[in-house]
Amino acid sequence: MRRLLPVAAAVGLLLLLAGLQPWLRFVLTIALSTGLAVLGIAMLLRAGQVSFGHALYVAAGAYAVAFARPHTGEGLLLLLLAGLVATGLGLLVGLFVTRYRDIFFGMLNLAFSMVGWSLLEKLYGLTRGTDGIRVARPTLLGFALEGAAWEWALFSAALAAALLAGALVASYLRSPAGEALGAIKTRETRLEFAGISARRVLLQAYVVSATLAGLGGAIGALATLHVTPLLAYWTHSGELVFVAILGGTGNVLGPFLGAVVFELVRVHAAAAFPDAWQMILGLVLLAIVLAAARGLVGLLDDLAVRLGWRG
Amino acid sequence: MGLLFLLAALDGLAYAAQVFLVAVGLTLVFGVLKILNVAHGSLFAIGAYLASTLVGLVGVPWLSLLALAMAALAVGVVLGPVIERGLLARIYEKEHVLQLLVTFALLMILEDVQKLVWGVQPLFEDAPVRLLGQVEVGGIVYTVYQLLLLPGVALLVLVVLAWFLRRTLLGRTIVAVTHDREAAEAIGIDSRRVYLLTFTIGAALAAMGGALAAPTTSLVPGIGVQTIVLSFAVVATAGLGRIEGAAATALLIGLGRSFAVYFTPELEVVVPYLLMVAVLLVRPAGLFGSTELRRV
Repeated sequence: MRRLLPVAAAVGLLLLLAGLQPWLRFVLTIALSTGLAVLGIAMLLRAGQVSFGHALYVAAGAYAVAFARPHTGEGLLLLLLAGLVATGLGLLVGLFVTRYRDIFFGMLNLAFSMVGWSLLEKLYGLTRGTDGIRVARPTLLGFALEGAAWEWALFSAALAAALLAGALVASYLRSPAGEALGAIKTRETRLEFAGISARRVLLQAYVVSATLAGLGGAIGALATLHVTPLLAYWTHSGELVFVAILGGTGNVLGPFLGAVVFELVRVHAAAAFPDAWQMILGLVLLAIVLAAARGLVGLLDDLAVRLGWRG
Repeated sequence: MGLLFLLAALDGLAYAAQVFLVAVGLTLVFGVLKILNVAHGSLFAIGAYLASTLVGLVGVPWLSLLALAMAALAVGVVLGPVIERGLLARIYEKEHVLQLLVTFALLMILEDVQKLVWGVQPLFEDAPVRLLGQVEVGGIVYTVYQLLLLPGVALLVLVVLAWFLRRTLLGRTIVAVTHDREAAEAIGIDSRRVYLLTFTIGAALAAMGGALAAPTTSLVPGIGVQTIVLSFAVVATAGLGRIEGAAATALLIGLGRSFAVYFTPELEVVVPYLLMVAVLLVRPAGLFGSTELRRV
């Protein structure tokens, strides 16, 4: 029960914020969709691996929604399709990249995502290049919604997806497969001695992380109703890694906490410094990494200990 | 058809020369420091932008080639030591994921530094190409700059680097540290100096690739990242830490790309990576890579 308390507090806070300010509903929906993708990155970080290319799967999910929308009007079906497409792509790329670790793992992911970005930009006849594709608003569970009702519905769907994904990933990380994932970071050879295929463990986590990113991309596409190749660009992958480190990887709440703070700051800061936004992110990332800090979750944890809530 | 073939071959050669200069710096730095500098492409981009600015500043065409060299040297000598001493020296003993995150953060920072200094409008300055004029090869009029200068410089760098590492005391010192840092230090080699020197050379090579590429293309934000991704593909295909291998692979990938440009233009961006994946599927350590310790 003690574990559920922070989750309940977070959900309450999100609902409160979404109710207070109408524009926050949109920002928080985006934040939850980012959080889903970051949750996947955080899983891979458990194994000591960092992917600089997960925006590829976000884009795969988003474009799956854009391509399928003319053929179906149901939002939940679109989300399901997007998840399947990202999972398939994740399996295909994962079979290759999980043969590698560290530098190769990170850079091969970057390479694949940049190929994806180039294709989305170049194949104009299919993707309409940099203009991107507009997505007509679908129905949710058969209801054609407008305005605030639509925003609430999508926000709730994103919140439900985040809770479900968080719960599943948390129980996965506590399972033997999840423990094996952490062992890839500490000592992979011993894992192999124990008769467990490190590659298969990493591949499972990789495919799950692709699914999560695709789902996040699909929710993002439904919120903005527009998809562009920039979704797959390296800066977007970099932001996902940044949010993972910002939130902290010790806990499944970290990615979502990081994403909410990130999106709230971005609304103001990215407009104020359009040409220095990446630089600010880079500097903060350096500071967190070099100080060996545990991100926002770590800060909250320390605070809880100091206040005597936790021993 | 024959002409198109020749044109593709010439383009591929010029492109390969340019890619090699960046890739060899990346692979040299990795071979010695064991760190893959994700921001290596940003040094290429900054070298390219600085070269364009300097060529515009000197104004006199016959000085423009000197301006290119000065730009490469300036980036290497200023940014190289700042990055190595200021940042990398703190993380040599850390885990790989942390080293990757640090150089990735550097990439994010340098990309914006470049945007803040040079803006986002395309920049084009081809005085050095015009200076050297054109020549006819087998019925094709081609620029001397791309036909002779680029491949010439690349070949010179390859030969000088191989000679430096194998035949000079300083070069052998670097190779010794690569083999076994502790043993090298035990016989009195200052490995800190070796790291500093190697990184500075690597940074200057990246900037030189950029400076030489600048007159042949318009500079836009994002070239730094495209360069690091492509040069990683080259060094991964060759085997990390392989200098001659990087040259052979740069040629393979450069030619592959330029033939794609002429014969299957929609596949242009994909071909280098298809080649990489194909090679890595058969030889996971790269064409010239092996499990032995020697890396330079």
